[in-house]
Order: sequence, then C-alpha cells, then structure tokens
Amino acid sequence: MNGKTRQYRLFLSAALLTAIAGTTSADERNFDKNSLDSQCLSCHTIDKKTPETLKDLWDRKGPDLSSAGIKYKSEWLTEWLQNPTRIRPAGMFYGRHLKQGEKSDEIETESLVKHPSLSSEEASRVTGLLMTLKQNQNLVEAGDYKPGSISITMGEMTFDKFKGCLACHQIEPGYGGLSGPEVYTAAKRLQEDYLISFMRNPQAWNPKTIMPNKSLKERDLQKLAHYLRALSQENFK
Amino acid sequence: MKPLTLMWIYCSLLLISSADAGAETAKDNYKTYCVQCHGMEGNGKGINVADMSTQPRDHTDAKEMSARTDAELFKVIKEGGQSINKSVLMPPWGSTLSDEEIEGLVNYLHQLCQC
Repeated sequence: MNGKTRQYRLFLSAALLTAIAGTTSADERNFDKNSLDSQCLSCHTIDKKTPETLKDLWDRKGPDLSSAGIKYKSEWLTEWLQNPTRIRPAGMFYGRHLKQGEKSDEIETESLVKHPSLSSEEASRVTGLLMTLKQNQNLVEAGDYKPGSISITMGEMTFDKFKGCLACHQIEPGYGGLSGPEVYTAAKRLQEDYLISFMRNPQAWNPKTIMPNKSLKERDLQKLAHYLRALSQENFK
Repeated sequence: MKPLTLMWIYCSLLLISSADAGAETAKDNYKTYCVQCHGMEGNGKGINVADMSTQPRDHTDAKEMSARTDAELFKVIKEGGQSINKSVLMPPWGSTLSDEEIEGLVNYLHQLCQC
C-alpha cells in the first residue's frame, strides 16, 4: 500500500468511526489500523483493483470506492451518506441473499445489512475524501456523454424491449428485476461520463461483474443515458 | 531422466497451471450469472422473473432442454437470446465467460436436466 492510499484509508476509517461512535473528537482519534478497518473498510475497498475471482465477487459487501471521484456525484453522495437507502434490492451480490419462495426465489431480506448514516459534517468530509479517489480514470473520457433528451416512453422501449435491461434492473420502485441496482436513481447518483463508460464495457471496470456486455452502439449508449436522466427527474423515492 | 523430458514435463505443468488461472467451475459460473433469472434450482424461477415478459427457460425440463443442440446452447450463452431468435432478456455472456467456461456451462445444463 502506498503512502497516499494509506492516508485515505486512515481518513475514511476515522471519519466513519467517528460518525458511528459520535463521541470521539478529531484530536482524540486512535488511528489504530485494525480497529478502524473493522468499520468502513471491512465492507469497501479503496485500493483493490477488481474482484479477481468469483469468490471475491460474492464476498464483496459494498461497492469498490477506488474510483469514487469519477463515479459518483458529490451532492448525491453527501445526501445519501446522511440518509442511506438500499440501491441494490438484493444486496451487493444477490446470490448471498436468496431463499426459495412459493412462486419464485425471493430476497432473504433479514440477511441484508443497513449502511450506517453519517452526520452532515461527516458526510461532507467523507464525500470530499471520496471525490479524490480516481482509479481507472483512463476508462472515462470527459464529455463522452453528449447532453440530449429522450421521452420516457422511447427510453423505456430501448431499455426494456430492445436491450432487455429490465430483466435485472428496476425502472421504478417495485417494477423490474432485483439482482442489479435500481436505475431510477442512477443519473442522480452517477456521473454521466461514468455511466457511458460502464455501460459500454462493464468488464473493463470489473471482469467478474454480473452486468453483461451487450456491445451497445454509441447511439444506444447515449439514448440509455438520456433515459436514465429522464427517469431521475421523475423523482421516484 | 533426460533434460529434454524434464523440460517437457515442466512446460506441460506451466500450461496446466496457466489454463487453471482465472477459470471458474461451471457450477460457480451458473450460481453467479444464471441463477438470478433461472433460479437457485435451475427451474426458471429466479428473483428477477416477476416482471419479465418472457419467462426464463426451466433448465430442469428434460423435454424442452433436449430439444436444443449443444451448439445452440453454446451460441445462446455466448451471444444472447436474440442470436437464436429467442428473448432479448437472455443477455450475451461472451465478454464475461471464456469459450471453455461456456462449454462447461453447456455440460452443466445436461446435468440439471438429466438429459
């Protein structure tokens, strides 16, 4: 681990530890690596490139944050850290949270873990640190997303009927597949250039991802990004 | 043992170990990529099925599964449902899995349907 990464690790861990404990002042923090790692870095990585095996993928408890600065929108991140909601209905890896139901497999909700919430001050501070993490910057080209628009109806045609994305993603609360993250908040959460990059080649970001590579044409990538933006303006909660 | 023989054994071992690196078992690949739609039991009842316009294939249905050739099964896994005029909801996994892994999945499907 290089010095910079170690510094991020300590900062992030300390910030979250304080948020959870709520009592320790900055001066009193004990930068003991083991106890700090048991807080946020037990679920997130900031220095591990990708899951190299399926076992690594199954064991991930939270998103890899090493690219947070080129992935998330900072306003959303600050807000979400204070009021975290579940983005992946079946958890980080759905296979870890399954049970058999009457009609079909169901999510074993009792096994899902809630993300801790941070104070406003801590959320801002953690966001500031996360936005400096920019691994994989070579995969994102600024301006890759070309601003434009599409109607919800046409966007849904592309997303569902033509590309089949609805199989794994919800386009509104309670409608769509459950193994992938909800997409009705995607454009609120994620930077558009990242969205384009990830949809273009998910395996470049994570070779074991359960998101298939549909070899989308540039035109369709842009359409889908327009659609995600249009969906986010519907303000589904 | 002759040096040439030793070299041959060494090279073979290297080849075997490099082929193993990164390759996952068919069962684990199925559990990761297929179960979300085809279900924990392979019966077509995964967590994603409720709002699907076309229901996923029941891999335990021997009659349906034996109607497909191995070449078709390989193609549909690698290139997706549309490649054999089936549903777009079945995505292509050719960028995720190697040809060997897809062949492994075809064999695994035979185990599931017992056909």
